[in-house]
Amino acid sequence: MQSVIKDRRIVEDRWQHVADDAELPAGPVIVSLARWRKEQAVLRERGEWVGVRLPNTTNIADLAADLPTLALVALEFPKFADGRAYSQARLLRERHGYQGEIRAVGDVLRDQLFFMARSGFDAFELRADRSLEDALEAFNDFSESYQPAADQPLPLYRRRSGA
Amino acid sequence: MYQYDYYDQTLVDERVAQYRGQVQRYLAGELSDDEFRPLRLMNGLYLQRHAPMLRVAIPYGLLSSRQLRTLAHIARRYDKGFGHFTTRQNIQYNWPKLEETPDILAELAQVQMHAIQTSGNCIRNVTADHLAGVAPDEIEDPRIYCEIIRQWSTFHPEFSYLPRKFKIAVTGAAYDRAAAQVHDIGLNLVRAETGQIGFRVLVGGGLGRTPLIGRVIREFLPERDLLTYLEAILRVYNQQGRRDNLYKARIKILVKALGTEKFRTQVEAEWEQIRNSGLALDQAEIERVRRYFSPPPYETNAVDDLSFEQWLKADKAFADWIKQNIAPHKIAGYRNVFVALKEPHVPPGDISADQMDAVADIADHYSFGMVRSTHHQNLLLTDVRQADLYPLWHTLKSQKLAAPVIGTLADMICCPGLDFCSLANASSISVADQINEKFDRLDYLYDLGDLRLNLSGCMNACGHHHVGHIGILGVDKKGEEWYQISLGGSSENDVSLGDILGPSVPKTEVANTLERILRVYVEYRENDERFLDTFRRIGLEPFRVRAYAPGSHEAKQEEQRHAVGY
Repeated sequence: MQSVIKDRRIVEDRWQHVADDAELPAGPVIVSLARWRKEQAVLRERGEWVGVRLPNTTNIADLAADLPTLALVALEFPKFADGRAYSQARLLRERHGYQGEIRAVGDVLRDQLFFMARSGFDAFELRADRSLEDALEAFNDFSESYQPAADQPLPLYRRRSGA
Repeated sequence: MYQYDYYDQTLVDERVAQYRGQVQRYLAGELSDDEFRPLRLMNGLYLQRHAPMLRVAIPYGLLSSRQLRTLAHIARRYDKGFGHFTTRQNIQYNWPKLEETPDILAELAQVQMHAIQTSGNCIRNVTADHLAGVAPDEIEDPRIYCEIIRQWSTFHPEFSYLPRKFKIAVTGAAYDRAAAQVHDIGLNLVRAETGQIGFRVLVGGGLGRTPLIGRVIREFLPERDLLTYLEAILRVYNQQGRRDNLYKARIKILVKALGTEKFRTQVEAEWEQIRNSGLALDQAEIERVRRYFSPPPYETNAVDDLSFEQWLKADKAFADWIKQNIAPHKIAGYRNVFVALKEPHVPPGDISADQMDAVADIADHYSFGMVRSTHHQNLLLTDVRQADLYPLWHTLKSQKLAAPVIGTLADMICCPGLDFCSLANASSISVADQINEKFDRLDYLYDLGDLRLNLSGCMNACGHHHVGHIGILGVDKKGEEWYQISLGGSSENDVSLGDILGPSVPKTEVANTLERILRVYVEYRENDERFLDTFRRIGLEPFRVRAYAPGSHEAKQEEQRHAVGY
């Protein structure tokens, strides 16, 4: 079983990514958005947790009705420098009040984790060649942040002394 | 100026530690070149032709004398004893060692400075009118809002990996001295009839390969809504801006593709969702920041001084300098003094460490310890008493910082070009030299009057050639440096993009071509008409037919092109 970072800790991953043409295994699965759209009824009836993997071009509003049944949303970083999924994560948390797991998948590297966490990601599948232990340090890069985001609804100036 | 508190200082210190770790991991081979690139860029570090280049942020161009002394110290200790001021009011060092850049950032942090987001595909250092707070035509001080934007945009978690770089400029006066119309976002402070302060919001301006003038998407945005509206614009851009082609990734391309109306509709729809979020600006916060930009203690009797008028009559060279290098001040008896970084044979914008120290001393003595950088690559001392102008002029002269050429042909904007930059196709500094040698007579420069000459070494347009009254663009033709000339650009209220004259000219012919163009101007101008106004009145044609050397290959090319109607 693979390890992932979840809530700033290294844990065994109980989720399985399932390809569109593969049979559904037992246990929680992450399927593509296309498969979810096509086999939603089957996936719901299994009585197992379902997660959906979204391309970073997906409009989150289109998925709003499905969110209560999804235990996980995986957002893709095709390249670490492609930052579209940061907006998707914030919209999931801040606009749609999504409480499930938001998982970063793809080209996920230590030096972006702090921003991902602030945007609402709470789980990270790091690129296979990287150390999870080292990556944990990234969450402590900064002790404060100026602007509100998914982790903090108020700007820093509301916390300044005398403010 | 703004002073860091515990939080601001902690964030900058933590940034230094983070970057130091990233450099160590890069040097240890744990980070690839591709992975390290955006990290170093977001700390101002380029890996260039000869050596790394470090770009240090000067938020909205404001520096204390103490900070300037640190910049001088860094130039001496980590570089070759000089620095280069840029068109975005920042300073660049051209010879630091990669290994030492964390130490440089640590030294900067000690004086509340940094290199955060001076490069990379993120929100860059916000720029402002260099006369902010002292311009007679000011509606409101833009620095307050620049600082608020600086804090919001610093380490923004959602907008640090945008499709491309993102530049914001804020103006607070009737006149646009910050080229706001050619920024990704331009904000013009305006006052509504009710007296309420707000912003006119322009989006999608920019230079580079596809020069475009920004479009107004909102005539009046109340100040409380500043950050929520910016966030809405950035969110639309982050999600929809092109990422498949580097040259089509700026927001201007998105605005053009969607159309201004559709883009505006999307921004407004997004904004509706967040306008009352925690990001809405608190009036108390605006007032907190405003206090840092309170006027210095001006003397009420500064205007009573009589010596200034006497020296003006007695010393012609002083009077010339005053005429060119001084901007009016809102307080009677005070002046704004340009410190010209346009000495012949020195690259425009360059300054030595000794000169920086001297300017810091001068600022302490004459201008409340404050210095500014301008987007025309000069420095500025605001708040100088008129009685001090004469001794100040002598001191600046002794430091070779008093070239009386501000606003003339010799006050060129010039990028580093092929001599330093790995993007450049052609050199720009040596062309600036060539032009300075040709036009070395002050009386001729003065006769030519207001003239903005902008020079870029490649189409990325760091030298803003599109918006020069005369623009020069270096191009590569089979390994040779050639120069394309355009006429009629402006980055101010009367904004326009220059028209290309015709075929480019070889390097040796740049100054000669300029001379022929300017002869046409002198012949055609009416009264005190500026070059730009003459051009707008008579058009390109009279310049085109006489710009090229008779019998030259370019002249023949140009005739042929016209004979067939393109």
